[in-house]
Amino acid sequence: MELPNLAPALPELLIVASAIILLLIGVFKKENAGGGITALGIIALALTALLVVSGPSERTETFGGMFVVDGFAVFTKLLVLLASAVTLAMSRHWLRAEGLDHPEYPVLVLFATLGMMLMISANNFMSLYLGLELQSLALYVLAASQRDSGRATEAGLKYFVLGSLASGMLLYGASLVYGFSGTTGFDALAKALANEAPVGVTVGMVFILAGLAFKISAAPFHMWAPDVYEGAPTPVTAFFAVAPKIAAFALLLRVLTGPFGSMVEQWSQVIVFISVASMVVGGFAAIVQTNIKRLMAYSSIGHVGYALIGLAAGGPDGVRAVLIYLAIYLAMNAGAFAVILSMRQKERSLENIDDLAGLSKTHPMMALSLAIFMWSMAGIPPFAGFWSKWMVFSAAIDKGMIALSIIGVLTSVVSAFYYLRIIKVMYFDEPGEGLDRSISAPVGLVMGLATLAVLLFNLVPAGLFSSASAAAASLFGG
Amino acid sequence: MDALLLEYLPILVFLAIAIVVAIVCIGGSYLVVKQKPDLEKTSAYECGFDAFEDARVKFDVRYYLVAILFIIFDLEVAFLFPWAVSFGKIGLFGFWSMVVFLGVLTIGFIYEWRKGALEWE
Amino acid sequence: MIEGLVFYLFAAITVASGVMVVSSRNPVYSVLWLILAFFNAAGLFLLLGAEFLAMVLVIVYVGAVAVLFLFVVMLLDINYLRLREGFMQYLPVGALIGLILVVELLMVYGGWKFADDAPLSVASRTPDPTAISNTDALGRLLYTDYAFLFQAAGLVLLVAMVGTIMLTHRTRTGVRKQVIAKQNARTKESSVEIVKVTSGGGI
Repeated sequence: MELPNLAPALPELLIVASAIILLLIGVFKKENAGGGITALGIIALALTALLVVSGPSERTETFGGMFVVDGFAVFTKLLVLLASAVTLAMSRHWLRAEGLDHPEYPVLVLFATLGMMLMISANNFMSLYLGLELQSLALYVLAASQRDSGRATEAGLKYFVLGSLASGMLLYGASLVYGFSGTTGFDALAKALANEAPVGVTVGMVFILAGLAFKISAAPFHMWAPDVYEGAPTPVTAFFAVAPKIAAFALLLRVLTGPFGSMVEQWSQVIVFISVASMVVGGFAAIVQTNIKRLMAYSSIGHVGYALIGLAAGGPDGVRAVLIYLAIYLAMNAGAFAVILSMRQKERSLENIDDLAGLSKTHPMMALSLAIFMWSMAGIPPFAGFWSKWMVFSAAIDKGMIALSIIGVLTSVVSAFYYLRIIKVMYFDEPGEGLDRSISAPVGLVMGLATLAVLLFNLVPAGLFSSASAAAASLFGG
Repeated sequence: MDALLLEYLPILVFLAIAIVVAIVCIGGSYLVVKQKPDLEKTSAYECGFDAFEDARVKFDVRYYLVAILFIIFDLEVAFLFPWAVSFGKIGLFGFWSMVVFLGVLTIGFIYEWRKGALEWE
Repeated sequence: MIEGLVFYLFAAITVASGVMVVSSRNPVYSVLWLILAFFNAAGLFLLLGAEFLAMVLVIVYVGAVAVLFLFVVMLLDINYLRLREGFMQYLPVGALIGLILVVELLMVYGGWKFADDAPLSVASRTPDPTAISNTDALGRLLYTDYAFLFQAAGLVLLVAMVGTIMLTHRTRTGVRKQVIAKQNARTKESSVEIVKVTSGGGI
């Protein structure tokens, strides 16, 4: 047995090496070394992104076909790396203020990112499961990392128990699929199921779908998200809201188009159902929220529903719409969480929507950015969020899914209510005590860049469109 | 397959004997001995004193840390068994594969040592 | 014949002790029933010829995981009566989910059919246990063909280690402990001072 081809997995190897080195530096320095470990972590993520770009662009398999790199993997990995780096950069100031600046924090973020990259590149149910567990385990710990806070511990525990349940369902489904088809490899499964899928495989697939729906917090498997988003430390919430979702979405896309590609009829009804349920839950349940982190949780459930419309539509066009949706979602969420992280008053962090009252008078720039993100999330032109919704709806209409698109438009009108309510609070309510003036430089930078990305999206979409198209095509063997 | 299972026949017989002995011991004492419990007979006996407190004392959370670190290294050792058995067949790659695995866990060991997680204080 | 009998014996005890795990009033008893379930599951593995898995189940699950469960049960000061509260309230939902699962399993059983070339696509067939022992066969695959999964499992263990320490380890302040290096480094000069005392002058 000779050495497997390591070249496609170079980015992952780099992340492993840097996480281990940072862990050792952290434990020998006994502290975060003045943010040095966080900075090194961001550099490691950037170098990994470089390796991802310079890696093989056509489909390459290694480790006996368990690990695959293709255009789709490159695109989603870049999104995940960007999301991780951005949240890592934004988090330090907040964590230091709360006394949570442990050296383990960036290390666990790196390990979680590694898990996500393994998920994206998984080409076998076994590697899928290990990637998922690596990511989840790191995330459970991060959610509970504020040990002295009862809420954070509760969030960590809830996430852990429900997450394990979801992993168990996924594993049960995978074992059913394996039992009825004799293989766990995606390529072999696609071949074995090409003509007709046995009932056992269908049942197994539904279990796998339920497990993955939990990971992207799609209704009816969303119940953990609001509690966990509210309880976890805010930088961790910012991380949860974007990177793991992109990775789990990538996994969902790969599993449904690859091994279960021939079972479209069976899975598309399930996807349509959870898409509608997520949009409705995200639209209506968010209205009564007063905590902004809870609101963001319901908002992300709603966005998952919209992105799933693209998957329900299927085909390269649908997948492309999902990918663009995820990229824009990344920009909007990173920006919104940059504002939430800056909501501090006298060294305490604030989380209520009412605390934003009169923000336009005390922090005009911050208010303007948040207003732009909220307009964009509501899907109002000409901001980026409008184009992402337009892409998924048009993909669905092309496939004749008119009813689904109408439900999508209606729920986004409902959701516009609470997005615009935040703008109203910021611009028309009387200011309270006012937030602290100082905003840490990385947070300000992220806020500014995200605002630009959301504002100017329609000027330069060509690059994103073409790379998303290529990525989507690579999933369908193009 | 049958040959393999035959090797375990003594264990099965052993299991059967154990179950029978256990049932005979407990069931026999129920049947033979006169059962006449009263409050004094069934109360906990602690060298003639009344029991001071509940036998269920809360453990320190540090026991948990030790236990879970034990599980992790227990699993690591479980991976060593098949490796040792098939060592001659898996070649140099198999050897280094295990060395890398052990290396990663040694990093974890260094981490917990330096962190002071192995000290009781 | 005996094989079938033993299978049903192990399977029945596994299911029965599983029921006892969830229904016994005292959590410590639940853990003990769980251990019984693990033992019988090991017996089932053995009947399938998976010797190594059977032994690992006994070593890791019975030897370590169950002990950890006992620790956790002891750690928490659980009020047994409050634990039972709401049992009847959740029963209908639980029963419904159980029913759905049973129906699904029946569906699977009813439509029992393998994919077209399922036997062909098996990656590596179980070798004849008389020719090569189960542990050996596993070892030949695990460290070479499945090296990627093996290393990923190692990383999962590393993250578990870091996570446990991050969540439960606390450096206590104000603890006086023995530092052997410091004791050894002590010399006569650094610890003993000889003072000449003039009589009647005091120190």
